[in-house]
Amino acid sequence: MATAWVLARYRFFGRPILNALVHLPLVLPPVVTGWLLLIIFGIRGPIGSLLYDWFGVRLVFTTAGASLACAVMTFPVMVRAIRLSLETADPGLEQAARTLGAGRLDRLFNVTLPLASPGILVGGIVAYATCLGEFGAVITFAANIPGQTQTLPLAIYAALQVPGGESKAAELSMVSLTLALIGLLLSEWIGKRLSVMLGR
Amino acid sequence: MSLSVLLRHRFTSARMDMTFEVPTPGVTVLFGPSGAGKSTIIVAGAGLLRPDECRIVVDGQVLADTAAGVWLPPERRRIGLVFQDARLFPHMSVVTNLRFGMRRAASGPVRFDEVVELLGIGALLPRRPHTLSGGERQRVAIGRALLAQPHLLLMDEPLAALDAARKGEIMPYLTRLKTALKLPIIYVTHSLDEVTQLADSLVLIEAGRVVGCGSLSEMAARADLPLAQRDDAGALLLCRVAEHDAARELSLLQGAGATFWVPLLDASLGDEVRLRIPAREVILAGKPPEAISVHNIIAGTVRRIASQAARGSVLVEIALPDGGLLSRVTSDAISRLGLAPGRPVLALIKSTSIEVVGL
Repeated sequence: MATAWVLARYRFFGRPILNALVHLPLVLPPVVTGWLLLIIFGIRGPIGSLLYDWFGVRLVFTTAGASLACAVMTFPVMVRAIRLSLETADPGLEQAARTLGAGRLDRLFNVTLPLASPGILVGGIVAYATCLGEFGAVITFAANIPGQTQTLPLAIYAALQVPGGESKAAELSMVSLTLALIGLLLSEWIGKRLSVMLGR
Repeated sequence: MSLSVLLRHRFTSARMDMTFEVPTPGVTVLFGPSGAGKSTIIVAGAGLLRPDECRIVVDGQVLADTAAGVWLPPERRRIGLVFQDARLFPHMSVVTNLRFGMRRAASGPVRFDEVVELLGIGALLPRRPHTLSGGERQRVAIGRALLAQPHLLLMDEPLAALDAARKGEIMPYLTRLKTALKLPIIYVTHSLDEVTQLADSLVLIEAGRVVGCGSLSEMAARADLPLAQRDDAGALLLCRVAEHDAARELSLLQGAGATFWVPLLDASLGDEVRLRIPAREVILAGKPPEAISVHNIIAGTVRRIASQAARGSVLVEIALPDGGLLSRVTSDAISRLGLAPGRPVLALIKSTSIEVVGL
């Protein structure tokens, strides 16, 4: 959210670079993203080694690692959605709030965020759906360990590799389909409710 | 008590250098063409724009003084600002909008019930802004600004986005507001109608400069100001209803040290009314005419004669004991009557050509 805020509201030196970095996972092959994560957060990577030495946290090939991979992959999707809704929010309303005595945080929580809520929500749901489908980055960074780092598509892929695994793959695909559908319908419905609430 | 404003600012394309001082309470109208700098005064007054140099003092209270390093941010300045578009918060009901500023302000003299009553918005309280008409929205926005207990109310063309019917609907509320609340108001407009009905003081602004500043009647009776260049130039007088003559169906109004007969008014004796007397309707005479339908023959002195070559006419400023009139005549009439500054003259005004406003 903070990143979206910064990208939407401020023009500063290095903004294009931050913007490119945020959006990189969207364009890069997921396997490459996973590999980069492996290099940075691996046991011998610059950040990974620090995490391991200081906190004894190991990310590679763990559930936390799978989450990190998903987070990195969905980050640009979320930033995009939130940024768009922040950009369309009317700065005139913030000015009005200022003249009525609302300070910076007051304005953020009572005016800006409520007005941007549909975008934030849709961003969240799309990110959730993207997470469910994450494959390349997860398998590269966190491997494919059943019950720990196995995402749905990984499980489906694994099932298909085993002779006679088609029915299991079909079951999992149905689960995936249902989750995706629920996500989309939910975002549609909540988005509509919020829009009515916001008077659009 | 007074309100004084000084503002100097250099935009890339224009320079602003404006200073004026007006009495408070009352409505000060900033009047002038678009882009003249009226709105700059508003946004600087609210603290949303910081000019190169700015000093604003309301009734002895310094809201901004860049020379002394005083620059309160908008949220701590206690200035009410009403925008051209109402800018109500769409995710809140009308009542929550109204209370937005109130909850954030120290308690003050403006009471919630009073404002709701004054603006006639009681029935709208539970509704959402998007269900309101433009006029209703603007009334709610005015109420919201007032309830933040401001020291000064700024209104930036609050009626410009409304059609004529909605303007007519909201105007009575504004005049009520003005008399009910003892609050200094700066009101920006380029509609002469709004000036006529609301202004106590008038500040004329052109190309970033103040070209004239004073009470409404004083400004409207000057032949040398941009107002006089308009086709509908005319004097504005503040009068009281002195007498009703039901038999003749006339009312007598008193003001500017003279009396005026107008068609019978539906007003009580002592009520204050505003008269607009268009310059083109005022006939000049050297001696009293006989057997004439004109009701008002008013003696005055020529104060100034301004030639308006573009119209092929001249504008004569006539001094009354406590005010003035304008008359537009040809230069031939001036020479036939031998008029010159300081000479006595009679102004003939038909009772039906006097416009009574502010009732």
